[in-house]
Amino acid sequence: MAAASSEEAIKAAKVLMVGAGGIGCELLKTLALSGFSDIHIIDLDTIEVSNLNRQFLFRQSHVGQSKAKVARDAVLKFRPNISITPYHANVKDSQFNVDFFKQFNVVLNGLDNLDARRHVNRLCLAAEVPLVESGTTGFLGQVTVHVKGKTECYECQPKPVPKSYPVCTITSTPSKFVHCIVWAKDLLFAKLFGDKNQDNDLNVHSKDDSSSKTDVFERNLDEDLKKYAQRIYDHVFGYNIEAALGNEETWRNRRRPNPIYIRDALPEDAVQQNGCSQDHKNEEQEPSEPSAMVSLGLRNPQEIWSLADNSRVFLEALKLFFEKREKETGNLIFDKDDQLAVEFVTAAANIRASSFGIPLHSLFEAKGVAGNIVHAVATTNAIIAGLIVIEAIKVLKGDYQNYRMTYCLEHPSRKMLLMPVEPFEPNKSCYVCSETPLVLEVNTKTTKLREVVEKVIKSKLGMNLPLVMVGATLVFEDGDGLEPDEAANYALNLEKILAELPAPVLNGTKLTVEDFQQELKCSINIKHRDEFDTEKEPDGMVLAGWSGPVDKQVTSNGEKKPVPSASSTEDLDGTAEDTSAKPGMKRKLNEILESKENFDALQNPSDVVSSSAQVVDDDEDDDLVMFDEDPKQGKKKRSQ
Amino acid sequence: MDGGGAGAGAEGELTAQETALYDRQIRVWGVDAQKRLSKAHVLVCGMNGTTIEFCKNIVLAGVGSLSLMDDHIVTEDDLNANFLIPPDESIYGGRSRAEVCCESLKDFNPMVRVSVEKGDPSLIDGQFLDKFDTVVVSRASLKTKLFINDSCRKRNKHIAFYAIDCKDSCGEIFVDLQEHSYVQKKPGGETEQQQLTYPSLQEAISVLWNGLPRKMTKLYFAMRVLENYELSEGRSPGETTLSDMPAVLARMKDMCDKMSFNESQIPAPLMERLLSAGKKEHPPVCAILGGILGQEVIKSISYKGDTIKNFFYFDAADGKGVIENISPNSAN
Repeated sequence: MAAASSEEAIKAAKVLMVGAGGIGCELLKTLALSGFSDIHIIDLDTIEVSNLNRQFLFRQSHVGQSKAKVARDAVLKFRPNISITPYHANVKDSQFNVDFFKQFNVVLNGLDNLDARRHVNRLCLAAEVPLVESGTTGFLGQVTVHVKGKTECYECQPKPVPKSYPVCTITSTPSKFVHCIVWAKDLLFAKLFGDKNQDNDLNVHSKDDSSSKTDVFERNLDEDLKKYAQRIYDHVFGYNIEAALGNEETWRNRRRPNPIYIRDALPEDAVQQNGCSQDHKNEEQEPSEPSAMVSLGLRNPQEIWSLADNSRVFLEALKLFFEKREKETGNLIFDKDDQLAVEFVTAAANIRASSFGIPLHSLFEAKGVAGNIVHAVATTNAIIAGLIVIEAIKVLKGDYQNYRMTYCLEHPSRKMLLMPVEPFEPNKSCYVCSETPLVLEVNTKTTKLREVVEKVIKSKLGMNLPLVMVGATLVFEDGDGLEPDEAANYALNLEKILAELPAPVLNGTKLTVEDFQQELKCSINIKHRDEFDTEKEPDGMVLAGWSGPVDKQVTSNGEKKPVPSASSTEDLDGTAEDTSAKPGMKRKLNEILESKENFDALQNPSDVVSSSAQVVDDDEDDDLVMFDEDPKQGKKKRSQ
Repeated sequence: MDGGGAGAGAEGELTAQETALYDRQIRVWGVDAQKRLSKAHVLVCGMNGTTIEFCKNIVLAGVGSLSLMDDHIVTEDDLNANFLIPPDESIYGGRSRAEVCCESLKDFNPMVRVSVEKGDPSLIDGQFLDKFDTVVVSRASLKTKLFINDSCRKRNKHIAFYAIDCKDSCGEIFVDLQEHSYVQKKPGGETEQQQLTYPSLQEAISVLWNGLPRKMTKLYFAMRVLENYELSEGRSPGETTLSDMPAVLARMKDMCDKMSFNESQIPAPLMERLLSAGKKEHPPVCAILGGILGQEVIKSISYKGDTIKNFFYFDAADGKGVIENISPNSAN
């Protein structure tokens, strides 16, 4: 390393950091100490308590404030003379366009979600700015360098496919605790407290066919809350299970579940037991938010509750939602930082688990599964940040022969804990950085344009504001700047069947889709197919030549639901990711596999890692794990 | 997370406050490790860019207490790789490195006791060491390192010893856990009890070089030459420049001859890099070394996970972070 030229390169550099979380705090500090003096930093998040164990620029008093701004102020205390420009914003906002990216010499990612990573990758490719990408999960992490034309782009390699569960496993035949969590969170919680207009696959057996018009989940006008809670309990854990048992075929080769009614779980008069909050109430302090645990005197989140305690928590939490948070019910979305929601989901999942003979779990463990919480420690983030800066300096010096992707391992492989690997060359068939067309198999006679736009163009290809052309005819465009008549026309097209569009989409048609903000354009060749397997091909269409991630889905009827979804980009430090070892590479990543334990470590309970055939690396946080998020959903904060 | 019953922790249980703060890391190492960590006492001798990274990491992780020993008055040179010292002479002027760093570190985690121990590490009293479970020494002379390591070993209680140094873009960590047993996770998920026996620093550096594996990192040899040279010249660690090169090469030849070791195995350019580094620390390398050491100390305190035996090296020039086992019984 020629010190003088490193110093010059650092001094002259203008760098963009995306993410001021676990990796971001460490990175900003190390950049400042290393002499970087013009740093821009984007982060949309605000500070939470669970960040404080590793995001060392933040203190208790900063909870609720912008990460980017507080990080800037903290670093200026020890490097007052440098320039740090914070943006409390989403990197996907239109202000961060290609021109914005072009002003930087290098972009450094400390992100926690795939969506934003892909977006930044595209902007860096379009602006021709080198990108240093990173992720951590527990003791594992990786740093990769992406320079257009020299190394692969972030999307050249297939990303691990998050675990998805067949609908019927969730609704009828759970065999693992995670299945019960998904049921409790995405079906029951959503049904009771979420948007009533959303499709929901919760099995509802009505006691009486003639009354099937009335929704059993609807609370009758003057129904007592305790009675209502008990009625829901008996219905979902008792009656529904009993009804399901009637289907002999299902249970031929399976253990039969036990229906559970209140009278079984809480034999000593449940009505009296439930809600006797005053018995246990901690009188010294009124909890700032309602909690069934506090009401019931349950204190240890690490403890596994009995069926009776789970039942009490279920009834109490349900009651508290309607009593104390009634305004929110009807539009709640599960959030792992919502204590009452976590309590409800833990209890409901455990009761269902008891029914199906699945081991029960503590609230702490259930929260981890439900929130898809990535394991994170300060040390790995610090190490990864150091490695990012080392690569960034090489990039600034144009020292491309020495670019490395580096893996931080938990168990040494060939004596190494930090293992550098030569970067891969660009993948010639990558739809993002090369112009290889994709192939979409779809039933052109039954599929609406909307489905292609939502499921393929936005979700799979990760486009933000796409435009769709059939030949030279523009059939759809997204964005705010449209004329009203144009917008109306596109809205109309969205609801049309592909074959009936003004420029019909048939077998052999070529679609051109483009996102101006990302400056990404690709071609999709359409191949007509009549039938799709509803379990294996739940989208009702298959995209080939695409190596991106697959959304986790619960449903088979075309509605996409992330499972179990991270409630947002929050608190993950980025994920370590899986990169497949490709044949013919100078150095195969499977050398890393010398120690198989490195992989096992990645197989954390949230099933984030796809398979041990793939190589280390991603998300924890940070990677080996991908988190999918519903892009429209964003982070839902409770109003209080 | 509120509602878990603030302050409700029964004897031996983590409080709700601790559970909320340490949530993400408990998911990595478990509640038992967190409890052990909160009862551990760590001493750090020598405050610099590398040790403050380590201190930050274990304070955030929730170690029981951290004591800092470094009576040197802060100078402008100390500001380089240090984010704990505000660059304002009215704040640091006339105060010791330990005092100024302590003040900043206290702020990082109100649940950790951070304090200053005055004194000279080279004169540490054995009994004083009994207050600690882990001792970290940085930028100390070979003589001081050997003395403290030996003192730790002579105590009745088990005291883990670490030495850590950063020379610009290169770094070294030495680990002596004496007898260390821990739980190792096997590929299938089951666990196995492991037992490691560590040599002392004296025993490790006495292993003859010609008996070591050929693929050893060259940094090991270069660091031994450098500390040997500094000791014989009566210099403080890092008090070297390129002008020392001829004398250092002579010392190197001398040491190689004594151990029938081919001196061409120690590249002169590497020796040059270390000499010209002086006391300079490259901040990204400090972050990496301080991160690795933080992790190691957490592993040894919690008896969980593979610990390094017994040297770790990082060199930004090749990007490798390598473990070398240099023990009398493993040398051949």
